[in-house]
Amino acid sequence: MHNPQLNAHGELQHLLSLDGLPRDILTAILDTAEPFTEVAEREIKKLPILRGKSIFNLFFENSTRTRTTFEIAAKRLSADVINLNVATSSTNKGETLLDTVDNLCAMQADMFVVRHASSGAPYLIAEHLHTTKRHDIHVINAGDGRHAHPTQGLLDMYTIRHYKQDFTKLVIAIVGDVLHSRVARSQIAALTTLGVPEVRVIGPKTLMPTDLDKLGVRVFHDMREGLRDVDVVMMLRLQNERMNGPLLPSGQEFFKVWGLTPEKLAVARPDAIVMHPGPMNRGVEIDSAVADGSQAVILPQVTFGIAVRMAVMSMLGSN
Amino acid sequence: MPQLPDANTLFAALIEQMAPHVNDDTALVGIYTGGAWLAERLHEALGIRHPLGTIDVSFYRDDYGAKGLHPQLRRSDIPFDMEGRSVILVDDVLFTGRTTRAALNELFDYGRPARVDLAVLVDRGERQLPIYPRFCGHTLAAPLNEKQNLQLEKADNGNLTLRLIDA
Repeated sequence: MHNPQLNAHGELQHLLSLDGLPRDILTAILDTAEPFTEVAEREIKKLPILRGKSIFNLFFENSTRTRTTFEIAAKRLSADVINLNVATSSTNKGETLLDTVDNLCAMQADMFVVRHASSGAPYLIAEHLHTTKRHDIHVINAGDGRHAHPTQGLLDMYTIRHYKQDFTKLVIAIVGDVLHSRVARSQIAALTTLGVPEVRVIGPKTLMPTDLDKLGVRVFHDMREGLRDVDVVMMLRLQNERMNGPLLPSGQEFFKVWGLTPEKLAVARPDAIVMHPGPMNRGVEIDSAVADGSQAVILPQVTFGIAVRMAVMSMLGSN
Repeated sequence: MPQLPDANTLFAALIEQMAPHVNDDTALVGIYTGGAWLAERLHEALGIRHPLGTIDVSFYRDDYGAKGLHPQLRRSDIPFDMEGRSVILVDDVLFTGRTTRAALNELFDYGRPARVDLAVLVDRGERQLPIYPRFCGHTLAAPLNEKQNLQLEKADNGNLTLRLIDA
């Protein structure tokens, strides 16, 4: 079967989803990110790898952190970054997604970083580039609908490996609104591929997808049971803007039962780390005492995210 | 197969050349992988005061676009202030000069050194860039087959030997 993410040589052509990405490629991305973390400590925080390349940030949905870290990553690799404010552009005048892409290709784009509210939009672009034989142009999915957010998943894997080294000995819990979370989907795919023996998901029944058992995870509907003896707690943001209908009573109610407090965290292993993809809703899914506590690695996640995005871009740029 | 010189003999010759020019201001930077091993030995033998620097020049190579990244990237580490320093760049083998060019570019991203010299164990000739070593253990009299890599290998006991490997 044609895997749109890989080229004819089995190398990374596009990064669309962590699902279906072989373990050796996942590991190669994490390994490549390692030396990039050092670049930030130099007087000149730049490498010449993507000099002269044009990278278009196509954000059809709002984002500050992801767009900014993609932009920093591209600039540290010496690429030229063009941010398209798609919300106020030709899409509003009726241009289709693929017409926009064709126009940017005519401007000699080398890479697209795409965020879209519709699941599958980056796939559509990748397939279009394939049919139009533009094999020199690469697509990175920066989050599509409820489907995937692969660079977030990768930076989470980098963070876990940084603090815990060996994936094959860990118990990891993903907590919160799994149903609406593209981050959770990417995390589960990567954790499974990297050989984590026990992945748990914890949350209310109304915020759990029905097909979870197919993903090979253990489902818990109680925080204290689910967090017992875990090595890593991966919190999810409560996706207010994705909520259709009355799935939840209120933020305060949610916090009482599902919010991560020091008391609930106490049943995890004493050296457990707490992660969050941001932006955090303090007092909804996470207590400030935990978010600012010694077990939180939320800000290192952001820093690692730059190195991981540099790794993905440099690998795509050379394939 | 041409007769390759003994790495330990060349190492001794290199130390003899470098010793008179080394002072408290000198810093060594080895290029991964062979140059880093060599630099480690030189650093100890010459009693260099500044901690040893190591760089992986993969990100600065001019054939990056054609060859891509090799899978075993190392983290560059410059544990001293580059500004105003007298740096000796160390590599095992000097050939086309392209690795040295990449290393110079990388060094300058850490600051402005006062001067940079180049020390190599072996110069195999056939330069493609205007680069010349100040310190050199041995210059090969005749060119090698360009498809072969001459490189340093490190045994488990730390012993260094030169090997010719088909690229």
